[in-house]
Amino acid sequence: MDLITPGTGLIFWQLIGFLGLLFILIKFAWKPMLEALEERESSIENALKSAEIARNEMANLKAENEKLLAEARKERDEILAKAHESSNRMIEEAKEEATKAGNQMIEKAKAVIDTEKKAALAEVKTQVATLTLEVSEKLLRKNLSDDKAQKELVDEFVNDLKLN
Amino acid sequence: MTRKLLALSLLLSACMLWFSTPTMAAGSEEDKTSFIMHHVKDSHEWHFATIGHTHVTLPLPVIVYSGDRGLEFFMSTDFQNHDTHAFGKEYSHEGYFIDEHDHLGRVDEGSFLELSITKNVVMLFLVLAFLAWMALSAASHYKKNGAVAPKGTAALIEPIVIFVRDEIAEKSIGPKYKKFVPYLLTLFLFIWFGNLLGLLPGAANLTGNIAVTFTLAILTFIITNVNGNKDYWKHVFATPGVPPAMLLIIVPVEIIGLFTKPFALMVRLFVAITAGHIVILGFIALAFIFESYAIGIVSTLMVTFINLIELLVATIQAYVFTLFSAMYIGSAVAEHAHDH
Repeated sequence: MDLITPGTGLIFWQLIGFLGLLFILIKFAWKPMLEALEERESSIENALKSAEIARNEMANLKAENEKLLAEARKERDEILAKAHESSNRMIEEAKEEATKAGNQMIEKAKAVIDTEKKAALAEVKTQVATLTLEVSEKLLRKNLSDDKAQKELVDEFVNDLKLN
Repeated sequence: MTRKLLALSLLLSACMLWFSTPTMAAGSEEDKTSFIMHHVKDSHEWHFATIGHTHVTLPLPVIVYSGDRGLEFFMSTDFQNHDTHAFGKEYSHEGYFIDEHDHLGRVDEGSFLELSITKNVVMLFLVLAFLAWMALSAASHYKKNGAVAPKGTAALIEPIVIFVRDEIAEKSIGPKYKKFVPYLLTLFLFIWFGNLLGLLPGAANLTGNIAVTFTLAILTFIITNVNGNKDYWKHVFATPGVPPAMLLIIVPVEIIGLFTKPFALMVRLFVAITAGHIVILGFIALAFIFESYAIGIVSTLMVTFINLIELLVATIQAYVFTLFSAMYIGSAVAEHAHDH
Protein backbone atom coordinates (compact mmCIF):
# COMPACT_ATOMS: atom_id res chain seq x y z
CA MET A 1 0.00 0.00 0.00
CA ASP A 2 1.20 3.48 -0.79
CA LEU A 3 2.41 6.01 1.71
CA ILE A 4 0.84 9.14 0.25
CA THR A 5 -2.14 7.71 -1.64
CA PRO A 6 -5.14 7.41 0.67
CA GLY A 7 -6.59 3.89 0.57
CA THR A 8 -10.30 3.76 -0.21
CA GLY A 9 -10.93 1.06 2.39
CA LEU A 10 -9.38 3.01 5.21
CA ILE A 11 -11.19 6.20 4.18
CA PHE A 12 -14.47 4.29 4.15
CA TRP A 13 -13.97 2.66 7.55
CA GLN A 14 -12.50 5.80 9.05
CA LEU A 15 -15.50 7.82 7.91
CA ILE A 16 -18.04 5.28 9.16
CA GLY A 17 -16.16 4.57 12.37
CA PHE A 18 -15.44 8.17 13.24
CA LEU A 19 -18.95 9.39 12.46
CA GLY A 20 -20.44 6.45 14.37
CA LEU A 21 -18.23 7.24 17.34
CA LEU A 22 -19.09 10.92 17.04
CA PHE A 23 -22.84 10.24 17.14
CA ILE A 24 -22.60 7.73 19.99
CA LEU A 25 -20.39 10.02 22.03
CA ILE A 26 -22.50 13.12 21.36
CA LYS A 27 -25.61 11.32 22.53
CA PHE A 28 -24.23 9.27 25.42
CA ALA A 29 -21.03 10.97 26.51
CA TRP A 30 -20.50 14.60 25.55
CA LYS A 31 -24.04 15.80 26.07
CA PRO A 32 -24.43 14.45 29.63
CA MET A 33 -20.85 15.42 30.46
CA LEU A 34 -21.06 18.96 29.16
CA GLU A 35 -24.43 19.42 30.81
CA ALA A 36 -23.15 18.10 34.13
CA LEU A 37 -20.10 20.36 33.83
CA GLU A 38 -22.23 23.38 33.12
CA GLU A 39 -24.55 22.49 35.96
CA ARG A 40 -21.63 22.15 38.32
CA GLU A 41 -20.04 25.36 37.11
CA SER A 42 -23.27 27.28 37.53
CA SER A 43 -23.87 25.78 40.96
CA ILE A 44 -20.35 26.75 42.02
CA GLU A 45 -20.89 30.20 40.60
CA ASN A 46 -24.20 30.49 42.43
CA ALA A 47 -22.64 29.28 45.65
CA LEU A 48 -19.87 31.86 45.29
CA LYS A 49 -22.38 34.55 44.49
CA SER A 50 -24.60 33.71 47.44
CA ALA A 51 -21.55 33.58 49.69
CA GLU A 52 -20.64 37.04 48.44
CA ILE A 53 -24.18 38.23 49.06
CA ALA A 54 -24.16 36.71 52.55
CA ARG A 55 -20.83 38.36 53.24
CA ASN A 56 -22.15 41.71 52.09
CA GLU A 57 -25.26 41.23 54.21
CA MET A 58 -23.13 40.37 57.20
CA ALA A 59 -21.07 43.49 56.64
CA ASN A 60 -24.24 45.55 56.27
CA LEU A 61 -25.69 44.05 59.43
CA LYS A 62 -22.50 44.74 61.29
CA ALA A 63 -22.40 48.31 60.08
CA GLU A 64 -26.05 48.72 60.99
CA ASN A 65 -25.46 47.24 64.41
CA GLU A 66 -22.59 49.57 64.98
CA LYS A 67 -24.70 52.47 63.84
CA LEU A 68 -27.47 51.43 66.20
CA LEU A 69 -25.00 51.02 69.02
CA ALA A 70 -23.51 54.44 68.37
CA GLU A 71 -26.97 55.94 68.26
CA ALA A 72 -27.93 54.25 71.48
CA ARG A 73 -24.76 55.47 73.10
CA LYS A 74 -25.42 58.98 71.91
CA GLU A 75 -28.99 58.84 73.15
CA ARG A 76 -27.86 57.56 76.52
CA ASP A 77 -25.37 60.38 76.80
CA GLU A 78 -28.02 62.86 75.85
CA ILE A 79 -30.47 61.46 78.40
CA LEU A 80 -27.82 61.51 81.08
CA ALA A 81 -26.91 65.08 80.25
CA LYS A 82 -30.53 66.07 80.26
CA ALA A 83 -31.14 64.34 83.60
CA HIS A 84 -28.12 66.03 85.06
CA GLU A 85 -29.24 69.37 83.80
CA SER A 86 -32.81 68.95 85.02
CA SER A 87 -31.70 67.76 88.46
CA ASN A 88 -29.40 70.76 88.72
CA ARG A 89 -32.20 73.00 87.68
CA MET A 90 -34.56 71.41 90.19
CA ILE A 91 -32.05 71.85 92.99
CA GLU A 92 -31.49 75.39 91.87
CA GLU A 93 -35.22 76.04 91.76
CA ALA A 94 -35.79 74.40 95.12
CA LYS A 95 -33.06 76.51 96.61
CA GLU A 96 -34.50 79.64 95.12
CA GLU A 97 -37.97 78.78 96.30
CA ALA A 98 -36.73 77.97 99.77
CA THR A 99 -34.92 81.28 99.97
CA LYS A 100 -37.96 83.04 98.69
CA ALA A 101 -40.26 81.28 101.17
CA GLY A 102 -37.86 82.03 104.05
CA ASN A 103 -37.67 85.66 103.11
CA GLN A 104 -41.41 85.87 102.86
CA MET A 105 -41.81 84.23 106.26
CA ILE A 106 -39.27 86.58 107.76
CA GLU A 107 -41.03 89.51 106.21
CA LYS A 108 -44.41 88.32 107.41
CA ALA A 109 -43.03 87.80 110.89
CA LYS A 110 -41.53 91.25 110.80
CA ALA A 111 -44.88 92.68 109.72
CA VAL A 112 -46.69 90.83 112.52
CA ILE A 113 -44.12 91.96 115.00
CA ASP A 114 -44.54 95.49 113.75
CA THR A 115 -48.32 95.45 114.04
CA GLU A 116 -48.08 93.75 117.47
CA LYS A 117 -45.62 96.40 118.51
CA LYS A 118 -47.83 99.12 117.20
CA ALA A 119 -50.90 97.61 118.91
CA ALA A 120 -48.98 97.24 122.18
CA LEU A 121 -47.73 100.76 121.96
CA ALA A 122 -51.26 101.95 121.17
CA GLU A 123 -52.57 100.02 124.14
CA VAL A 124 -49.85 101.35 126.40
CA LYS A 125 -50.68 104.82 125.17
CA THR A 126 -54.40 104.34 125.86
CA GLN A 127 -53.56 102.75 129.23
CA VAL A 128 -51.28 105.64 130.12
CA ALA A 129 -53.92 108.04 128.93
CA THR A 130 -56.59 106.30 131.00
CA LEU A 131 -54.33 106.12 134.00
CA THR A 132 -53.37 109.73 133.64
CA LEU A 133 -57.00 110.59 133.41
CA GLU A 134 -57.84 108.54 136.50
CA VAL A 135 -54.89 109.96 138.39
CA SER A 136 -55.79 113.46 137.37
CA GLU A 137 -59.43 112.79 138.30
CA LYS A 138 -58.50 111.50 141.75
CA LEU A 139 -56.01 114.27 142.17
CA LEU A 140 -58.59 116.75 141.28
CA ARG A 141 -61.01 115.14 143.68
CA LYS A 142 -58.54 115.24 146.61
CA ASN A 143 -57.37 118.64 145.72
CA LEU A 144 -60.71 119.74 146.61
CA SER A 145 -60.28 118.85 150.31
CA ASP A 146 -56.78 119.57 151.54
CA ASP A 147 -53.22 119.21 150.96
CA LYS A 148 -52.98 116.36 153.27
CA ALA A 149 -55.68 114.63 151.65
CA GLN A 150 -54.12 115.35 148.34
CA LYS A 151 -50.93 113.77 149.47
CA GLU A 152 -52.77 110.76 150.76
CA LEU A 153 -54.50 110.44 147.53
CA VAL A 154 -51.31 110.55 145.59
CA ASP A 155 -49.86 107.97 147.84
CA GLU A 156 -52.88 105.88 147.49
CA PHE A 157 -52.62 106.12 143.75
CA VAL A 158 -49.03 105.38 143.77
CA ASN A 159 -49.76 102.34 145.80
CA ASP A 160 -52.49 101.47 143.46
CA LEU A 161 -50.05 101.85 140.62
CA LYS A 162 -47.65 99.58 142.33
CA LEU A 163 -50.38 97.10 142.83
CA ASN A 164 -51.07 97.24 139.18
CA MET B 1 7.54 8.39 38.19
CA THR B 2 10.03 9.64 35.63
CA ARG B 3 12.35 6.75 36.40
CA LYS B 4 9.52 4.26 35.93
CA LEU B 5 8.55 5.87 32.64
CA LEU B 6 12.13 5.73 31.42
CA ALA B 7 12.49 2.10 32.46
CA LEU B 8 9.21 1.20 30.75
CA SER B 9 10.21 3.06 27.61
CA LEU B 10 13.58 1.32 27.55
CA LEU B 11 11.90 -2.03 28.02
CA LEU B 12 9.49 -1.37 25.19
CA SER B 13 12.29 -0.29 22.91
CA ALA B 14 14.25 -3.40 23.82
CA CYS B 15 11.16 -5.51 23.03
CA MET B 16 10.91 -3.85 19.64
CA LEU B 17 14.57 -4.62 19.00
CA TRP B 18 14.14 -8.21 20.09
CA PHE B 19 11.05 -8.77 17.97
CA SER B 20 12.77 -7.33 14.96
CA THR B 21 15.99 -9.30 15.32
CA PRO B 22 15.21 -12.52 13.39
CA THR B 23 13.72 -10.69 10.43
CA MET B 24 16.72 -8.47 10.10
CA ALA B 25 19.48 -10.84 11.00
CA ALA B 26 20.01 -11.93 7.47
CA GLY B 27 19.50 -10.26 4.15
CA SER B 28 20.70 -7.39 2.08
CA GLU B 29 21.09 -3.76 3.17
CA GLU B 30 17.64 -3.00 1.76
CA ASP B 31 16.01 -5.75 3.80
CA LYS B 32 17.49 -4.28 6.94
CA THR B 33 15.52 -1.06 6.51
CA SER B 34 12.52 -2.24 4.51
CA PHE B 35 10.63 -3.04 7.71
CA ILE B 36 10.47 0.70 8.39
CA MET B 37 8.29 1.48 5.40
CA HIS B 38 6.43 -1.77 5.91
CA HIS B 39 5.50 -0.67 9.41
CA VAL B 40 4.61 2.86 8.43
CA LYS B 41 2.29 1.81 5.59
CA ASP B 42 -1.02 0.02 5.79
CA SER B 43 -1.13 -3.74 5.18
CA HIS B 44 -3.60 -6.51 4.39
CA GLU B 45 -2.32 -8.58 7.30
CA TRP B 46 -1.05 -7.67 10.74
CA HIS B 47 2.47 -8.94 11.06
CA PHE B 48 3.73 -9.02 14.64
CA ALA B 49 6.93 -11.01 14.50
CA THR B 50 8.86 -13.67 12.68
CA ILE B 51 10.45 -16.20 14.98
CA GLY B 52 12.74 -18.41 12.99
CA HIS B 53 10.51 -19.34 10.05
CA THR B 54 7.22 -18.96 11.94
CA HIS B 55 5.33 -15.80 11.08
CA VAL B 56 3.18 -14.43 13.88
CA THR B 57 0.48 -12.63 11.95
CA LEU B 58 -3.17 -11.74 12.23
CA PRO B 59 -4.90 -12.62 8.92
CA LEU B 60 -7.37 -9.93 7.96
CA PRO B 61 -10.47 -9.90 5.75
CA VAL B 62 -10.16 -8.53 2.23
CA ILE B 63 -13.43 -6.96 1.10
CA VAL B 64 -13.88 -5.90 -2.52
CA TYR B 65 -16.79 -4.26 -4.26
CA SER B 66 -16.98 -4.19 -8.04
CA GLY B 67 -19.78 -3.17 -10.35
CA ASP B 68 -19.85 -6.48 -12.18
CA ARG B 69 -19.20 -8.91 -9.30
CA GLY B 70 -20.80 -7.12 -6.31
CA LEU B 71 -19.48 -7.41 -2.79
CA GLU B 72 -16.90 -10.17 -2.16
CA PHE B 73 -15.16 -11.33 1.00
CA PHE B 74 -11.75 -13.07 1.18
CA MET B 75 -9.04 -13.50 3.76
CA SER B 76 -5.52 -12.11 3.38
CA THR B 77 -4.20 -15.68 3.66
CA ASP B 78 -5.95 -16.49 0.36
CA PHE B 79 -3.48 -14.28 -1.45
CA GLN B 80 -0.17 -15.34 0.04
CA ASN B 81 2.37 -18.11 0.09
CA HIS B 82 1.51 -20.23 3.12
CA ASP B 83 5.15 -20.73 4.09
CA THR B 84 6.74 -17.36 3.51
CA HIS B 85 3.57 -15.27 4.04
CA ALA B 86 4.68 -13.29 1.01
CA PHE B 87 2.14 -11.59 -1.23
CA GLY B 88 2.62 -11.72 -4.99
CA LYS B 89 0.89 -11.64 -8.30
CA GLU B 90 1.40 -15.39 -8.62
CA TYR B 91 -0.82 -16.10 -5.60
CA SER B 92 -4.01 -14.78 -7.20
CA HIS B 93 -7.36 -15.91 -5.85
CA GLU B 94 -10.78 -15.63 -7.56
CA GLY B 95 -9.50 -13.05 -10.00
CA TYR B 96 -7.76 -10.87 -7.42
CA PHE B 97 -4.21 -10.69 -6.20
CA ILE B 98 -2.14 -8.70 -3.73
CA ASP B 99 1.22 -7.73 -5.18
CA GLU B 100 4.53 -7.60 -3.32
CA HIS B 101 3.88 -3.95 -2.38
CA ASP B 102 0.71 -5.05 -0.54
CA HIS B 103 -1.46 -3.60 -3.35
CA LEU B 104 -4.77 -5.27 -4.18
CA GLY B 105 -5.19 -5.76 -7.92
CA ARG B 106 -7.57 -7.42 -10.34
CA VAL B 107 -6.24 -9.98 -12.75
CA ASP B 108 -8.49 -8.77 -15.60
CA GLU B 109 -7.64 -5.14 -14.71
CA GLY B 110 -11.32 -4.23 -14.21
CA SER B 111 -12.34 -1.47 -11.80
CA PHE B 112 -13.17 -2.25 -8.18
CA LEU B 113 -13.49 -0.57 -4.81
CA GLU B 114 -11.50 -1.93 -1.92
CA LEU B 115 -13.13 -1.94 1.51
CA SER B 116 -10.77 -4.37 3.24
CA ILE B 117 -10.34 -4.54 6.98
CA THR B 118 -6.64 -3.75 6.82
CA LYS B 119 -4.18 -3.45 9.70
CA ASN B 120 -5.03 0.21 10.13
CA VAL B 121 -8.77 -0.50 10.05
CA VAL B 122 -8.33 -2.99 12.91
CA MET B 123 -6.24 -0.39 14.71
CA LEU B 124 -8.99 2.13 14.01
CA PHE B 125 -11.58 -0.17 15.58
CA LEU B 126 -9.35 -0.63 18.63
CA VAL B 127 -8.90 3.11 19.02
CA LEU B 128 -12.63 3.70 18.55
CA ALA B 129 -13.50 1.00 21.10
CA PHE B 130 -10.97 2.36 23.58
CA LEU B 131 -12.21 5.89 23.10
CA ALA B 132 -15.87 4.87 23.34
CA TRP B 133 -15.22 2.90 26.52
CA MET B 134 -13.26 5.80 27.99
CA ALA B 135 -15.84 8.46 27.20
CA LEU B 136 -18.88 6.36 28.06
CA SER B 137 -17.50 5.24 31.40
CA ALA B 138 -16.61 8.84 32.14
CA ALA B 139 -20.12 9.95 31.19
CA SER B 140 -21.70 7.25 33.33
CA HIS B 141 -20.03 8.81 36.36
CA TYR B 142 -22.02 12.00 35.77
CA LYS B 143 -25.22 10.06 35.09
CA LYS B 144 -24.85 8.16 38.35
CA ASN B 145 -23.61 10.93 40.60
CA GLY B 146 -24.87 14.12 38.98
CA ALA B 147 -22.77 17.24 38.89
CA VAL B 148 -20.13 16.28 41.44
CA ALA B 149 -16.34 16.16 41.46
CA PRO B 150 -15.01 13.65 38.88
CA LYS B 151 -13.48 10.26 39.71
CA GLY B 152 -11.87 7.49 37.70
CA THR B 153 -12.02 7.92 33.93
CA ALA B 154 -14.17 11.02 34.43
CA ALA B 155 -11.23 12.62 36.25
CA LEU B 156 -9.04 11.85 33.22
CA ILE B 157 -11.50 12.97 30.58
CA GLU B 158 -12.91 16.00 32.36
CA PRO B 159 -9.79 18.21 32.23
CA ILE B 160 -9.54 17.41 28.51
CA VAL B 161 -13.21 18.26 28.01
CA ILE B 162 -12.75 21.55 29.84
CA PHE B 163 -9.51 22.30 27.99
CA VAL B 164 -11.05 21.64 24.57
CA ARG B 165 -14.19 23.57 25.46
CA ASP B 166 -12.55 26.62 27.06
CA GLU B 167 -9.10 26.86 25.50
CA ILE B 168 -9.80 25.58 22.00
CA ALA B 169 -13.49 25.94 21.16
CA GLU B 170 -14.48 29.07 23.04
CA LYS B 171 -11.30 31.02 22.29
CA SER B 172 -11.12 30.14 18.59
CA ILE B 173 -14.79 30.02 17.63
CA GLY B 174 -16.36 32.70 19.77
CA PRO B 175 -19.91 32.89 21.08
CA LYS B 176 -21.27 30.07 18.88
CA TYR B 177 -18.72 27.54 20.14
CA LYS B 178 -21.09 25.22 21.97
CA LYS B 179 -22.36 23.50 18.83
CA PHE B 180 -18.85 22.43 17.82
CA VAL B 181 -17.49 21.23 21.15
CA PRO B 182 -18.57 17.57 20.70
CA TYR B 183 -16.89 17.33 17.29
CA LEU B 184 -13.69 18.98 18.51
CA LEU B 185 -13.64 16.76 21.59
CA THR B 186 -14.05 13.59 19.58
CA LEU B 187 -11.44 14.81 17.11
CA PHE B 188 -8.91 15.67 19.82
CA LEU B 189 -9.35 12.41 21.72
CA PHE B 190 -9.34 10.29 18.56
CA ILE B 191 -6.10 11.82 17.31
CA TRP B 192 -4.50 11.80 20.74
CA PHE B 193 -5.33 8.20 21.57
CA GLY B 194 -4.56 7.18 17.99
CA ASN B 195 -1.13 8.81 18.27
CA LEU B 196 -0.42 7.29 21.68
CA LEU B 197 -1.64 3.79 20.88
CA GLY B 198 0.28 3.95 17.60
CA LEU B 199 3.50 4.32 19.63
CA LEU B 200 3.02 0.92 21.24
CA PRO B 201 5.34 -1.74 19.82
CA GLY B 202 3.57 -3.74 17.13
CA ALA B 203 0.77 -1.21 16.82
CA ALA B 204 -0.26 0.22 13.47
CA ASN B 205 0.57 3.74 12.34
CA LEU B 206 -3.08 4.81 12.20
CA THR B 207 -2.97 8.58 12.67
CA GLY B 208 0.13 8.73 10.47
CA ASN B 209 -1.85 7.27 7.59
CA ILE B 210 -2.89 9.76 4.98
CA ALA B 211 -6.33 8.20 4.50
CA VAL B 212 -7.13 8.86 8.15
CA THR B 213 -5.83 12.41 8.19
CA PHE B 214 -7.56 12.99 4.85
CA THR B 215 -10.92 11.88 6.28
CA LEU B 216 -10.55 14.00 9.40
CA ALA B 217 -9.49 17.03 7.35
CA ILE B 218 -12.47 16.52 5.02
CA LEU B 219 -14.83 16.45 8.03
CA THR B 220 -13.40 19.73 9.27
CA PHE B 221 -13.68 21.14 5.74
CA ILE B 222 -17.36 20.12 5.51
CA ILE B 223 -18.22 21.44 8.97
CA THR B 224 -16.42 24.71 8.24
CA ASN B 225 -18.13 25.38 4.92
CA VAL B 226 -21.59 24.12 5.89
CA ASN B 227 -21.55 26.55 8.79
CA GLY B 228 -20.04 29.40 6.77
CA ASN B 229 -22.12 32.57 7.18
CA LYS B 230 -22.65 35.51 4.84
CA ASP B 231 -19.47 37.28 5.97
CA TYR B 232 -17.40 34.19 5.29
CA TRP B 233 -18.63 33.71 1.72
CA LYS B 234 -18.53 37.42 1.07
CA HIS B 235 -14.92 37.36 2.11
CA VAL B 236 -14.25 34.60 -0.40
CA PHE B 237 -16.20 35.85 -3.41
CA ALA B 238 -16.29 39.61 -2.87
CA THR B 239 -13.37 40.34 -0.61
CA PRO B 240 -14.13 43.67 1.05
CA GLY B 241 -11.75 46.53 0.40
CA VAL B 242 -10.32 45.02 -2.81
CA PRO B 243 -10.70 46.87 -6.15
CA PRO B 244 -12.96 44.95 -8.61
CA ALA B 245 -10.10 44.30 -11.02
CA MET B 246 -8.06 42.70 -8.27
CA LEU B 247 -10.93 40.35 -7.46
CA LEU B 248 -9.99 38.38 -10.58
CA ILE B 249 -6.83 37.38 -8.76
CA ILE B 250 -8.06 37.44 -5.18
CA VAL B 251 -11.15 35.25 -5.65
CA PRO B 252 -9.26 32.27 -7.11
CA VAL B 253 -6.68 32.64 -4.33
CA GLU B 254 -9.44 32.67 -1.73
CA ILE B 255 -11.07 29.62 -3.31
CA ILE B 256 -7.75 27.79 -3.33
CA GLY B 257 -7.39 28.92 0.29
CA LEU B 258 -10.57 27.03 1.20
CA PHE B 259 -8.86 23.80 0.16
CA THR B 260 -5.34 24.51 1.35
CA LYS B 261 -6.56 24.75 4.93
CA PRO B 262 -7.78 21.13 5.20
CA PHE B 263 -4.86 20.06 3.01
CA ALA B 264 -2.47 21.55 5.55
CA LEU B 265 -4.32 19.76 8.34
CA MET B 266 -4.07 16.46 6.49
CA VAL B 267 -0.38 16.75 5.67
CA ARG B 268 0.72 18.12 9.04
CA LEU B 269 -0.64 15.23 11.10
CA PHE B 270 0.41 12.60 8.54
CA VAL B 271 3.96 13.89 8.33
CA ALA B 272 4.45 14.49 12.04
CA ILE B 273 3.35 11.03 13.10
CA THR B 274 4.86 9.10 10.21
CA ALA B 275 8.18 10.92 10.59
CA GLY B 276 8.22 10.05 14.30
CA HIS B 277 7.69 6.38 13.55
CA ILE B 278 10.35 6.44 10.84
CA VAL B 279 12.88 8.06 13.18
CA ILE B 280 12.24 5.49 15.91
CA LEU B 281 12.46 2.58 13.49
CA GLY B 282 15.47 4.17 11.83
CA PHE B 283 17.38 4.13 15.10
CA ILE B 284 16.39 0.51 15.60
CA ALA B 285 17.54 -0.29 12.05
CA LEU B 286 20.98 1.16 12.85
CA ALA B 287 21.68 -1.78 15.13
CA PHE B 288 21.07 -4.22 12.26
CA ILE B 289 22.91 -2.22 9.67
CA PHE B 290 26.04 -2.04 11.79
CA GLU B 291 25.42 -5.45 13.39
CA SER B 292 26.93 -4.14 16.61
CA TYR B 293 25.80 -4.43 20.23
CA ALA B 294 27.33 -1.04 21.08
CA ILE B 295 25.26 0.64 18.40
CA GLY B 296 22.30 -1.36 19.65
CA ILE B 297 22.65 0.09 23.14
CA VAL B 298 23.09 3.62 21.82
CA SER B 299 20.17 3.27 19.45
CA THR B 300 18.01 1.86 22.23
CA LEU B 301 18.79 4.93 24.32
CA MET B 302 18.02 7.15 21.36
CA VAL B 303 14.76 5.28 20.70
CA THR B 304 13.80 5.86 24.33
CA PHE B 305 14.54 9.53 23.95
CA ILE B 306 12.61 9.83 20.68
CA ASN B 307 9.74 7.87 22.22
CA LEU B 308 9.49 10.49 24.95
CA ILE B 309 9.51 13.22 22.34
CA GLU B 310 6.84 11.31 20.44
CA LEU B 311 4.62 11.34 23.53
CA LEU B 312 4.88 15.10 23.39
CA VAL B 313 4.35 15.19 19.61
CA ALA B 314 1.30 12.94 19.96
CA THR B 315 -0.30 15.51 22.26
CA ILE B 316 0.86 18.56 20.35
CA GLN B 317 -0.39 17.22 17.02
CA ALA B 318 -3.78 16.34 18.50
CA TYR B 319 -3.94 19.85 19.96
CA VAL B 320 -2.81 21.53 16.76
CA PHE B 321 -5.24 19.62 14.53
CA THR B 322 -8.12 20.44 16.89
CA LEU B 323 -7.04 24.05 17.34
CA PHE B 324 -6.75 24.68 13.61
CA SER B 325 -10.09 22.97 12.97
CA ALA B 326 -11.62 25.25 15.59
CA MET B 327 -9.98 28.31 14.03
CA TYR B 328 -11.27 27.43 10.55
CA ILE B 329 -14.75 26.89 11.96
CA GLY B 330 -14.36 30.11 13.92
CA SER B 331 -13.51 32.07 10.77
CA ALA B 332 -16.61 30.64 9.10
CA VAL B 333 -19.08 31.51 11.87
CA ALA B 334 -17.56 34.82 13.04
CA GLU B 335 -19.97 37.71 12.63
CA HIS B 336 -17.30 40.16 11.50
CA ALA B 337 -14.46 38.09 10.17
CA HIS B 338 -12.30 41.05 9.16
CA ASP B 339 -12.44 44.76 9.81
CA HIS B 340 -10.93 46.25 6.68
